Amino acid sequence: MLKESTYWYLFLLAGLFILVLLSIHMTIMHLDQLLVAIGIGSGDVLKFQSVLARGRQSFFMVSYIILLGAALYHGLYGLRTILFELNLKKGLQTAITAVLLIGGLGIFVYGTYVAIAAKMM
Amino acid sequence: MEQKNKFNNRLGIWGWLSGGRYGLERYAYSLHRLCGLGILAYFLLHIFVTGSRIDGQGSWDSAMSSVEGIIFKIGEFLVFFAFAYHGLNGIRLILTEFGVFLGKPKRADFPYKQSTLRQRPVLLVVMVLAAILTIVGGWDFFIAN
Amino acid sequence: MGENPNMDTSQAEEIVKTVTYNVLRYDPDKDSKPRMQRFQVPVPKGRTVLEGLIYIKENLDGSLTWRSSCRMGVCGSCGMFINGLPRLACQTQILDLNADEIQIKPLPNYDILKDLVPDLKPLLEKHKYIHPNLVRREGKEIDGLTGEFFQTPKELENYIQFTFCIKCGLCLAACPTVATDANYLGPQALAQTFRYNTDTRDEGNQFRFDLIDTADGTTKCHFAGACSDVCPKGVDPAFAIQLLKRDMLLHKLHIKRKEKGVPILGKVTDGKRMKGVPDAPEKTV
Ligand code: SF4
Ligand code: FES
Repeated sequence: MLKESTYWYLFLLAGLFILVLLSIHMTIMHLDQLLVAIGIGSGDVLKFQSVLARGRQSFFMVSYIILLGAALYHGLYGLRTILFELNLKKGLQTAITAVLLIGGLGIFVYGTYVAIAAKMM
Repeated sequence: MEQKNKFNNRLGIWGWLSGGRYGLERYAYSLHRLCGLGILAYFLLHIFVTGSRIDGQGSWDSAMSSVEGIIFKIGEFLVFFAFAYHGLNGIRLILTEFGVFLGKPKRADFPYKQSTLRQRPVLLVVMVLAAILTIVGGWDFFIAN
Repeated sequence: MGENPNMDTSQAEEIVKTVTYNVLRYDPDKDSKPRMQRFQVPVPKGRTVLEGLIYIKENLDGSLTWRSSCRMGVCGSCGMFINGLPRLACQTQILDLNADEIQIKPLPNYDILKDLVPDLKPLLEKHKYIHPNLVRREGKEIDGLTGEFFQTPKELENYIQFTFCIKCGLCLAACPTVATDANYLGPQALAQTFRYNTDTRDEGNQFRFDLIDTADGTTKCHFAGACSDVCPKGVDPAFAIQLLKRDMLLHKLHIKRKEKGVPILGKVTDGKRMKGVPDAPEKTV
């Protein structure tokens, strides 16, 4: 077991990673019309073909996986912090940690599988 | 002697959101937390919706059409705002939580300007930037699309 | 029952207005839950919320209960939730509140013992938990003190603001984390951790970091800052906690580590005494 503050520093670091990667992700995917307006986007980011094309690039695959891991850690640790402030019994706290850890790992494995499979497509 | 029948006066979860006439930072904290939870919920859904792409075009298209309605659009926009705010405010928090913008300790002469007030301008900048991003996002989500 | 002659409200002082006190009442022997009770209180210029309560007790209802002592912001016993904020009743003037109705409740986030009396025991226990005293590796340096510790005024400046804490508990009443979490150490104790860790005479940094680096320590502070907004002594607990977080990180990274406290000076007589400075009094213990 690491000290609580170590988990917290990782939480902040993950936050910074997300900030960079998700900003790129958000700009490409959700501000697509803005990119079209300034002349660097094609505007059909959600078409299956373009999703497929992006998924085949190594850059997107790697950044998807990093983003997935960082976001899961940041989000689930944050959720744990909130839940732990509810004055729960020690046993329940341990259970929550276990559930979040296992659930988070499961989702990470699934997401990584998707990213790798998409690269193969 | 320990008195037995005390009355529990803890504010509970309501105390996270409100509870008194405190400074802006306490409400920035509430919003930060709410936005974080919103993003997390969206993110978990998002992983599975977009995961459908490995089953081919058919399942991708049907997943996309199931999240097409105006409700989802508004939801997505809210998530966009939440991310803008949570991210910008997160930068402020990372800095201030390690003492940046807070100044040096010194004998408190009254009227004393506490640390929250000393970093208040940074919070205001965060809010303005978040507002600008939200407006840009709103244009992209509802007008340009 | 007459007016307290010390307060002298009857003769010279002119009543500027009358306000309604809406006060929380709770009698643990009779009530299952608190209720609110109204009183009319005449207000001369300068009357504090505490003096208004004294007026009620002396003239309207002798059973009203609260805690206060110094009536000058020093003892920290009269903290109450007054018109939307935790404040010291003795330091809040009624006219400054700019309201016709004044709502007074005991500090939230503590159990109510009776009427306006909160149970501050958790506050004091958390304060004790972080060892609010100079910790030296050589215990005898403290127990059988032979001289003074050497500390410069500049080193004092780094923590003096945090020494003014009067344990009034307003900060915990304002803290959103404490609103749900009984285990969180809270702004008061964490601020005092920083105060002692920063004291150059102290050698307990690692010891205290171990005490607070748990799920109930600094990681539960999210810089909502409400504690600093309400602290009546300028202790600025939120400030101290953020500085504590920084020191903890620097300590961990081996960038800034305070292992040794300042040495004990030899006999005070080693130096030259300025003219006119009298002898220290005899030791009493
Ligand atoms: S830090 Fe301030 S508000 Fe908190 S107990 Fe000390 S004096 Fe009171
Ligand atoms: S009575 Fe002592 S602080 Fe108010």
